[in-house]
Amino acid sequence: MRPGARRLRAGRHARPWLLLAPSLLGLALFTYGPVGQVLLRSLQVRRFGRPAEFGIANYQALLADERFLRALGNTAFYAAGTIVPSLVLALLFALALRDSGWLSAAIRTLVVLPMMVPLVAAAALFTFVFLPGVGLLEYYLAPLGLAGFNWLGDPALALPSIIAVTVWKNTGYYMLFFLAGLAAVPEEQIDAARLEGANAWQRLRHVILPLLGPTIGFVTVIAVINVLVQVDHVLVMTGGGPADSTNLLLSYIYQTAQQNLDIGRASAATAVSVALLFGLATVSLRALERGMHYES
Amino acid sequence: MLLAAVAGVLWAVPFAWMLVASLRPGYPDDVASLLPHPPLGLDNYRDAWSSGHFPLWYANTALLCFGLLGIQCVTVTAAGYAFARLRFRFSGLVFTLFLLQLLLVPALLIVPNLQMLVALGLYDSLPGVAAPYLASAFGVFLMRQTFRQLPRDYEEAAALDGAGPLQVIRHVLLPMARPGLAAFAIISLTAHWNEYIWPLIATSSPRNQVLTVGLASFAGSSESGGQWGVVAAGTALVAAPLLILFLAFQRRIVRSFVFSGIK
Repeated sequence: MRPGARRLRAGRHARPWLLLAPSLLGLALFTYGPVGQVLLRSLQVRRFGRPAEFGIANYQALLADERFLRALGNTAFYAAGTIVPSLVLALLFALALRDSGWLSAAIRTLVVLPMMVPLVAAAALFTFVFLPGVGLLEYYLAPLGLAGFNWLGDPALALPSIIAVTVWKNTGYYMLFFLAGLAAVPEEQIDAARLEGANAWQRLRHVILPLLGPTIGFVTVIAVINVLVQVDHVLVMTGGGPADSTNLLLSYIYQTAQQNLDIGRASAATAVSVALLFGLATVSLRALERGMHYES
Repeated sequence: MLLAAVAGVLWAVPFAWMLVASLRPGYPDDVASLLPHPPLGLDNYRDAWSSGHFPLWYANTALLCFGLLGIQCVTVTAAGYAFARLRFRFSGLVFTLFLLQLLLVPALLIVPNLQMLVALGLYDSLPGVAAPYLASAFGVFLMRQTFRQLPRDYEEAAALDGAGPLQVIRHVLLPMARPGLAAFAIISLTAHWNEYIWPLIATSSPRNQVLTVGLASFAGSSESGGQWGVVAAGTALVAAPLLILFLAFQRRIVRSFVFSGIK
């Protein structure tokens, strides 16, 4: 082979890697490097005046930390409280609003708008909505005799109030996927079921939902990720309080790292949430696969 | 349908309040009212503008979002092309590494990413805020799908004429892949315009604050003063650009968001 041709061949082999290099560098520095770093750091135990040792002390401290366990429990409640209602509402909105009339289009716009604003902007608005005394809920619920709630200040009401903000913000986004999924459901199948005497619930349960299986699985995965990463409103509205009643995994990590400067424990908590995310995503993907089998 | 209409109107209440309260100056007793009782005026916007650092926040946010988008367009196009058109060893494995990043979102990794930022000397700078997003697995995925749907005939013709891969990408593929790139641009701009926790952690000095970080501290101080009209105006100033963009290009933006989710 001539040297020139060999260089050309070598160039061909290098080409994909050159094109991938910038992205791979980014992945190495800010995804896989940090994941490795988190595992390593979570297993390092540092004490004053002594070199770092390896051990599981950070994880032990984490599991003994009532605030962490509280954040874990809150996150489970928050997951159930946001994922189920926002998916159900998104599906109902999509079913009710999928026609092309102007009224449906207008309502769709209203429901989707929160998707476009920052969660901190939503937090600023809802801080006033929930404000005791002069706030929006107080003002409009007082005539119904439902006044005097301290929505964000009462440990029993604070997390449900935070959940309401999340549902408001995300439902429209999820609705878009259901609208796209519904558009792919053949109208004839629904008509056929109707002709065979299936009522609205039966058509939904036996015709529409099975066909939407992949969409539901996909939206669930997004919603799970959102549970773990959307804490902007918690930081702004309650700071995790009152009495840690709204502290979620990521806000706990943020506080542990930023305020208590305990990087070891924050790293262990990050490792736990990465593991949780992968576990939940695997389960969702399984469910998704099952949905597809059901179809065929 | 009726229920959906009622729910849709309820959905709009926070925005309606934002608009009404922002236009009512002073400290009205019924500041929660959704009816625009006169007097009305732009005083709250003027107060918000002068008590926050909105010009700086807008400039930082725009610089961050568009600078990042410019770099991302290059990285995701190059990598997307490699996955769509080139055969190479370990391509399946490398692609899996990209896929997993869709789950390992940077917000989850704030603690180690911050340490990385400090190690790289990028802490408290806008490039530092952008750094974790320079490689977008999502964008790579989107461009790969987009390139795959394009016919190969044109590239082959261009290659026969002696065009190299970069020329092929730039002059043949990119013009046809514009919808994919536009969808990516919309998603990327929305995500970074609205992001809060990472820019909050990655910066410390006021001159590096972006809109969301500025709004949070601004709203906090105005709330404690009970200046709800000013809070509403400041929130409107932060939310308005994307809301107006959405109302103007709704069809296209919705298509991008849905397109981005279909894999």
